[in-house]
Amino acid sequence: MSEKETFLPDPPPESSRLGQVFKNRRPDRKVMSLFITAGYPHPDETVDLVLGFEKAGADIIELGMPFSDPLADGPTIQHSSEVALANGITMDSIFGMVRRIREKSAIPVVLMGYINPVFSYGIERFFKQAAESGADGVILPDVPVEESGYADEYARRYGVPIICLVAPNTGDERMQLIDQKSNGFVYCVSIAGVTGTREGSEVSSSVDTFIERVNRNIKKNPVMIGFGIRNHESAMAISKKVDGFIVGSALIDNIRSHYPEKGWKDSLFEFVKELKHGKES
Amino acid sequence: MKYEVPTKQGYYGKFGGKFVPEILIPALVELEAAYEATISDPGFQQEYRYHLKEFVGRPTALTFADRLTEHYGKAKIYLKREDLCHTGAHKINNTVGQVLLAIRMGKKRIIAETGAGQHGVATATVCAKFGLECIVYMGAEDMERQKLNVDRMRLLGADVRPVTSGSQTLKDATNEAIRDWVTNVHDTFYIIGSVVGPHPYPQMVRDFHRIIGIETREQLLAKEQRGPDYVLACVGGGSNAIGIFHPFIEDDNVKLIGIEAAGFGVDSGKTAATFSKGRPGILHGSMSYLLQTDEGQIELAHSVSAGLDYPGVGPEHSYLYDIGRVQYVPVTDDEAMESLKLVSRLEGIIPAIETAHAFAWLDKLMPTTSAGELVVLNCSGRGDKDMGTISKYL
Ligand SMILES: Cc1ncc(COP(=O)(O)O)c(C=O)c1O
Repeated sequence: MSEKETFLPDPPPESSRLGQVFKNRRPDRKVMSLFITAGYPHPDETVDLVLGFEKAGADIIELGMPFSDPLADGPTIQHSSEVALANGITMDSIFGMVRRIREKSAIPVVLMGYINPVFSYGIERFFKQAAESGADGVILPDVPVEESGYADEYARRYGVPIICLVAPNTGDERMQLIDQKSNGFVYCVSIAGVTGTREGSEVSSSVDTFIERVNRNIKKNPVMIGFGIRNHESAMAISKKVDGFIVGSALIDNIRSHYPEKGWKDSLFEFVKELKHGKES
Repeated sequence: MKYEVPTKQGYYGKFGGKFVPEILIPALVELEAAYEATISDPGFQQEYRYHLKEFVGRPTALTFADRLTEHYGKAKIYLKREDLCHTGAHKINNTVGQVLLAIRMGKKRIIAETGAGQHGVATATVCAKFGLECIVYMGAEDMERQKLNVDRMRLLGADVRPVTSGSQTLKDATNEAIRDWVTNVHDTFYIIGSVVGPHPYPQMVRDFHRIIGIETREQLLAKEQRGPDYVLACVGGGSNAIGIFHPFIEDDNVKLIGIEAAGFGVDSGKTAATFSKGRPGILHGSMSYLLQTDEGQIELAHSVSAGLDYPGVGPEHSYLYDIGRVQYVPVTDDEAMESLKLVSRLEGIIPAIETAHAFAWLDKLMPTTSAGELVVLNCSGRGDKDMGTISKYL
């Protein structure tokens, strides 16, 4: 591999699975990305849940790699991470899940998790396995662009892009830098807080200003917005001016209140359909 | 040896850095700028020194431990008496510095994590003195074993919030403090209690504790007309240790020894001996040695001492370990408790259980020293807070 190939920014071509999702988006529809912790509520369910989410309208899956100390997460994802770890989830078992998803579906799968398990697994080995299993991107919420040097090179070498985050207090120039570094989409954290915060249901004026800034500064990548989205209405309101939205804690809460009752999965998929289309359809 | 760390990016060799969610980056950048401005501001330094003298009670004594010296019959032993600081431990050197910085930055809401409760008490104390709101996160298990300190913090007006996740100790209290910070970053200043966390915390906390080593050097020079041969300190996150070590690092002939908590023993599976059993990883914002599983999940630490019961250590210590400048050694719960009793009887000083770990190493070290040598041990805190635990060992 030449020096140039290794070090030039290499946005995924529109032909990538992730690129296709945004290219094919109907102007009147939003891209819906769903987060689920791998191994929650049970390792045997994860592949099934992902395929069911796709059927119910998901466009992208964020597969959470559980960590013992999820310090940017609220109680909901702390819980799902704990359960997943108690269920014996390992990095290799997560790659196994991605492989099984890939056998049946072309839905983009983005791996999301804290850096330490990735670092411990070996960064190069991680990106190599991610590529071979068919993952489409990686989100590392505790690796800001300052520190992404650890991973950038391997992300490029193995063609698994790193998706970066911006927050409401990220300045304009920094947003542009993050846009440059990010590939696939940019993840907008809509409010200051840990995941699962409930205050995101209303579109406040400060969120509007934030999204305006996002749209002014983020030019290269599509924009997905997340944190605090709990239903179709809040999803539509907050993603009006961006490409799509991300839901995580609301799904896990739904599972938590029904699993393992009979029909828990059907009611979950019903909830996902409503997230995408609203109650009527 | 020339010693200049961290780099501008907050790196000590490969350790350190800023591994935090994007939302905290602007806060760290703001903090870095504010901290850099204060270092070069004589007004700030003067104010800081004023409060160390008038409120904390510095300089603390360097006490010749004559009966302990006699007990071992080798080198002379001196104790740097951080236990005489207001609130009973070195921790307040740092909280005075950080709270003055918070005030300069216009922050009104202070949060902190605490293990032994000494950092929590030191934070609650300065918040009371300067009239700031104070929230302290503390593991539920630690609230049990350091009950006295919980009452002290509440008396000082702090809101002590029990943390029931994970091991319910310092690691989890730190997670919860970071979650609070992420949520309230616009008006909140996080006073971290040791040389851990993202840059610039490890550097800033170190700089606020360097006074320990600076005084030690001057005091020993006055008493013995020379520097020490050995400097000992216990290492949890490593703040009291780096405070006394740092001014001596470039003096190659001074042997620096950090004592970590082995719990039931380094191979017992119930330990907090980060260097003996850990490997590099990333937790709480920086790369450092960490107790972790093969999968990179953080292991639960164990130590009888709440202040050492932490699976990580400050990044600068990891660097000093890797370059071999500081020797890090383990001491078990039982060894620490035995030495706590010995020191109490011989010196009339009841040390904190954390500090007792450093004293316990004298058993191993002293026979290897000679009569003309000088040993300084950082007596990081007093043991009143630990009486509940201590009484179980009497
Ligand atoms: C008296 C005393 N010594 C030592 C420590 C350990 O902290 P560090 O390693 O940061 O000095 C503590 C922590 O609570 C303490 O209270």
